[in-house]
Amino acid sequence: MKTPLIEISRLRFRFPEQHYLFRGLDFTLGYGEKIALCGENGAGKSTLFLNILGLLPFEDGVIRFLGKECRKPNDFVFVRANTGLLFQDPDDQLFCPSVIEDVAFGLMNQGLSQKQAQKKSEEVLERLGISHLAERVPYKLSGGEKRMASLATILAMEPDILLLDEPTTGLSERYRAVLVDALKAYDAKGMVIISHDNHFLDQMADRKVLLKNGEITDFK
Amino acid sequence: MTCEFFAEGDSFVHRLDPRLKLAGAVAFSLFLVFIQQIVTLLLALSGSIALAAFARLDTQLLLKRLSIINFFIIFVCLFLPWTIPGPSIALPVLPDPSINGMKAALALFLKSNAMVLFNIDLLSTSSVFALNHAMAHMKLPTKLINLFFFSWRYLHVLEEEFHNMRRAAFARGFEPTTSFFTYKTYANILGGLFVRSMDRGERVYRAMVCRGFNGTFPLLSHFHLHSRDLLAAAIFLVFLAFLAGMELV
Repeated sequence: MKTPLIEISRLRFRFPEQHYLFRGLDFTLGYGEKIALCGENGAGKSTLFLNILGLLPFEDGVIRFLGKECRKPNDFVFVRANTGLLFQDPDDQLFCPSVIEDVAFGLMNQGLSQKQAQKKSEEVLERLGISHLAERVPYKLSGGEKRMASLATILAMEPDILLLDEPTTGLSERYRAVLVDALKAYDAKGMVIISHDNHFLDQMADRKVLLKNGEITDFK
Repeated sequence: MTCEFFAEGDSFVHRLDPRLKLAGAVAFSLFLVFIQQIVTLLLALSGSIALAAFARLDTQLLLKRLSIINFFIIFVCLFLPWTIPGPSIALPVLPDPSINGMKAALALFLKSNAMVLFNIDLLSTSSVFALNHAMAHMKLPTKLINLFFFSWRYLHVLEEEFHNMRRAAFARGFEPTTSFFTYKTYANILGGLFVRSMDRGERVYRAMVCRGFNGTFPLLSHFHLHSRDLLAAAIFLVFLAFLAGMELV
């Protein structure tokens, strides 16, 4: 049996001066699994993603990534290098002067040369059917276009694991179909999807889990 | 686009290399600091006006932009004739203004307008992105460049959020008056905007860290100097030499 990709046990987390959001949360993402993470608004789904990536330090508990325990901030550099997080708000994710530069940003941080990054970025934009947006200013795009551009920034880096936060919000039918095709074609070792789009979750996820009262249980 | 009133255009000035424009704007501004002669300043202002005409900038909009600066400058200029000592001219009602003060006021007016206009001519005819890249290519401090870029990048987002919040207030029957309730409402909107901008900053930083940000911005596109850039640089240097000559005469 392969080592789980992400293994969280007894995670405790709360925002300053607030009640505990997680009081000992357990969660496992197995190899090849595609999990839908469901829950009410404010249940802590997006927060959990940030905890996993070490972007919000947790109080107690253990996060293991590919079997490696992650506690200190530096431990999570490895997690982030292998995980692609699609943020809920694309305006947070797109910060470069043009779409192509935004896609190339992560690639160049990975050490690719300017030419390689440019080529790969163009390929990803082509694959997602948004190559016409390459030179556009990100904040001037429509909501759906921003979402697709955000996805391109993630997929270009070829992460092993995808954490997608509301990927279908604001997408037209056409882009939604492109998104489903792109995610199905993408060779991810694991995927966790937060979405209120049940049809999309049925298409993408192997199983659904529910985050409620700071605990994750199987969705019934 | 926010703060990019003249960036779109196809004039000779628009097509110049942004690095050259940035260097030219800095050099001209520094040069003007040392100019004292009214005639030289008049020539410098004429040069700035000619460049604006050459760049085919919208005159009305340009005057509007200049009026904002001149609103403050004229206030200072109005007081200088009575605050700088020296031989004076007799006036029937007002106290006698000094000739030195009047010269200083005129010099200040000409100098600041020449400087601002020249900067508008050169810098506003490039997009902020291009200027940002130009600064990076010119090896200016990374933190300064990032600060400049992100301030601009998220200025419009905050502006949009401010308008959204304001619209939300109006949609619920809010009518601004000079009442305490109006001030409180605007204070709430501004407070909310401040909190939102802090949150936004946090989230953007997280998104950057997620993609391996290590403090430097990798550049994908690069600039190339063309013959027109060299020609412009030569004309600019001749103009500066001419002004320097006039100043020394």
